[in-house]
Formats: sequence, structure tokens, C-alpha cells
Amino acid sequence: MSFLSIPNVKISGISVCVPKKIDLVANYPGFTLDEAEKFSKSTGIYQRRVSNQDQCTSDLCIYAADKLIKDLGWRKQDIDCLIFVTQTPDYLIPATSCIIQDRLGFSENIYALDISLGCSGWVYGLSVIASVLSNGMMKKGLLLAGDTALRGVSKEDKSAYPLFGDAGTVTAVEYNQDAHGFDFHFGCDGSGFEAIIVRDGGYRNMFNEDSLVMHNEGDGIVRNRMQTVLDGMEVFSFGITKAPESVTKLVNKFNLEIEKIDYFVFHQANLYMNEIIRKKLSIPPEKVPYCLDEYGNTSSASIPLTICSRIRPLVDNEFIACGFGVGLSWGSVYFQTNNLVLSQILEL
Amino acid sequence: MENQFLKNIAEAISKEGKIRFEDDFRSYNEWDSMSALSVIAMVDEKYQVRITGNDVRECKTIQDLYNIVQKRIQ
Repeated sequence: MSFLSIPNVKISGISVCVPKKIDLVANYPGFTLDEAEKFSKSTGIYQRRVSNQDQCTSDLCIYAADKLIKDLGWRKQDIDCLIFVTQTPDYLIPATSCIIQDRLGFSENIYALDISLGCSGWVYGLSVIASVLSNGMMKKGLLLAGDTALRGVSKEDKSAYPLFGDAGTVTAVEYNQDAHGFDFHFGCDGSGFEAIIVRDGGYRNMFNEDSLVMHNEGDGIVRNRMQTVLDGMEVFSFGITKAPESVTKLVNKFNLEIEKIDYFVFHQANLYMNEIIRKKLSIPPEKVPYCLDEYGNTSSASIPLTICSRIRPLVDNEFIACGFGVGLSWGSVYFQTNNLVLSQILEL
Repeated sequence: MENQFLKNIAEAISKEGKIRFEDDFRSYNEWDSMSALSVIAMVDEKYQVRITGNDVRECKTIQDLYNIVQKRIQ
């Protein structure tokens, strides 16, 4: 069974950087005013942040990392571990985490790793960084997670373009002997790999002369094979089944008391889907924050972005977070925070 | 169960008037991109059965949907 418990580590702080440019759903050219209204009502998404063509996820994360390091009073030379979760890296080769090490001025004595996951990526990334830090040989680490998904989505794809938003986040994790640590549940179903996919540009179908040819798929979707395909129905059917299942398994396995949890933070897919998940788990609405309205679906950034933008932490808090999506892949985590530092959200 | 299934479908897609098993559901005026999600959600809630996007795409009539649900309940 894919459960995991990692003691002696805690989240100390979270920071976020989003692109300056705001894109309103109401202004999306593919929608009539009526369609835009209906879309926003059901998805909960009214606006998103959009990157410039020269802006990478790493740029957003680096800016956010500098801020969080300052807010926590950490020193750069103390950071032993750097993990970058993204599906929009700077290059296919090399790993972006290596470039980030240099750009942030971190020591060469560092563990740096890229992880290619989307909506479930923050939870998976957390399990990796927590594992690295758990025995105390390395003490401080940063988990960078985010995507500039809109740069890879066709503007003429109304099934995907109005949904996604761009953001970069940083989660500071450190070794702490007294910390409860993290309890996890994970899952994956690769039979659904085509539900969210970029067909060309990898080594299965390398970039070729047809990759940029625009295809009209009908239903207001025109895109090429380098752009993201989103099968909304497939993701929906998967999300309302697997997310509640995963949280239930986590709660049962680790004997967690749902009433004691202050916040359930879900990947921000869309409001209609997320509310079904919330109701299936019988969680009261005040415990389930959303930032979809302002930022849309921000892939692996969505959980830390929701915490940073919507939660005013108390001295002690208990969280359950659940990420689910592209892969198909999902994961849930229980953790406690103590004086969690949430940096002011930055724009770049 | 059969009549209840028709009622549940009608409610899920807010369809007024008569609804029959042989209907091609895509021909309903009420059918739009949200309807498929509503049907998937309804089947999940009322029958604890998962139907996928591909299932819906392969179905033409309400009978087709019903057959899938029926098969998976057993």
C-alpha cells in the first residue's frame, strides 16, 4: 500500500510569485458574454495570471525563494536541498534545479532535483524533500513548485485556456526533532496518461515539421501537437473518484480526526469538481479554501498558492492537502504547522 | 430502477418534458459541455459507479448509459 510516514520535518514557510499580467475570463475572445458567465459560475474561475513569453516558472520561483529566505531569516549557505516540481522547465536538458542552484547563489554542496508532475506534484515533492531531510544530516530545503501552463496552451482552445493560470511557489521545509512530520497516501493510474498531454516534443513523438500545424478539433478547440490537450470529462470522472478515496484512505490509515483538521486544501481543479469532492467527504465549506476565482488552475502551485493567499495561520494548525490530475497521479498528505510564515504574494 | 434512472438523468441535465431510453441525448436542447459532467457526477453519487469520459463519448442513447451503469453495479 502506498502510505508513507516521514517524521522530524516541518513546513516553516511558503511564498508565491505570480506574473503581473491578469487575464479576465470575461474578456476571453472564444466565449460569448453568456458563455463566459456560465463558465465562471461553474468553474469558479474569473481571472488568471498569464506569463510573458520570456517568463519561465523558474523565474517566478527564484523571486519567491529570495523573499521567503529573507522572511524566514535563513542564510543561503544553510540550504542543503532544492527540489523543483514542474512540467514547464527551462530546457529539456539540463534539469532546471541545477540552473536555479546557481541563480539563487546556493552552495555547491546541495542536493538538487527536478520532478516532472503537475497537479499532484506538490504532495509528491513534499514527500521527497521530507525524506531527504528526515534524518537530520541535511537540515534545510526548498521545494519549488509551479508551472507556466498557459504558455503551452492554445489561446484558441476554450476547453483549456480559460482554466489554467501561471504561478511559482516555494515551500521551506526543515529538520526538526520535535516535529510530527508528514503522513502520505499516493496513487497513480497511467492508463489515463492521455487525459492531459502534450503529444509532441518528447522522445515518443519528437518535434517534427507537423508539430506546429494547427488542427481544428471542433467545439471551439484549435491547437497544435506542441500544445496541451485537456480531456475535461476524463479528468472530472477521475477527480471526483480518486481524490475523496485518497483522503479517506489517509484518514483511516493514520487514525486522523477529521473534526480536528483546520484546513483541507485541494488542488484547485475547478469549483464544480472540487465541491463534489468536498461534499463526498462531508467537509464543511469553511474548512476548504479556494483561490480559483483569482488564479484559476495553477497545476502544482495550487495547494501552496491556496494556503498562501487564503489562510491566516494560527500558532498551531493541522492540514490535509490533496493533489490530483495529470498522469493520472494523486497524493494526499497530513501535516501540522507551528507559526507558519506566509510571505506576501509577489508579482513579476 | 429503470424509471428512476430516467428521472435522475433528467434532473442531472435539467431536462424538462419527456425522456426515453431510446433518445439520443446529444440531440436535447439542454445538452451542453456541462451535461456530460453532470451525468458522470449523478452516476457517481446515486450508483457509486465510475463512468469515464470515454464511456460517455461511446454512448449514443440513454439506454447505452444505463447499460454501462447496470453492468458495473453487478
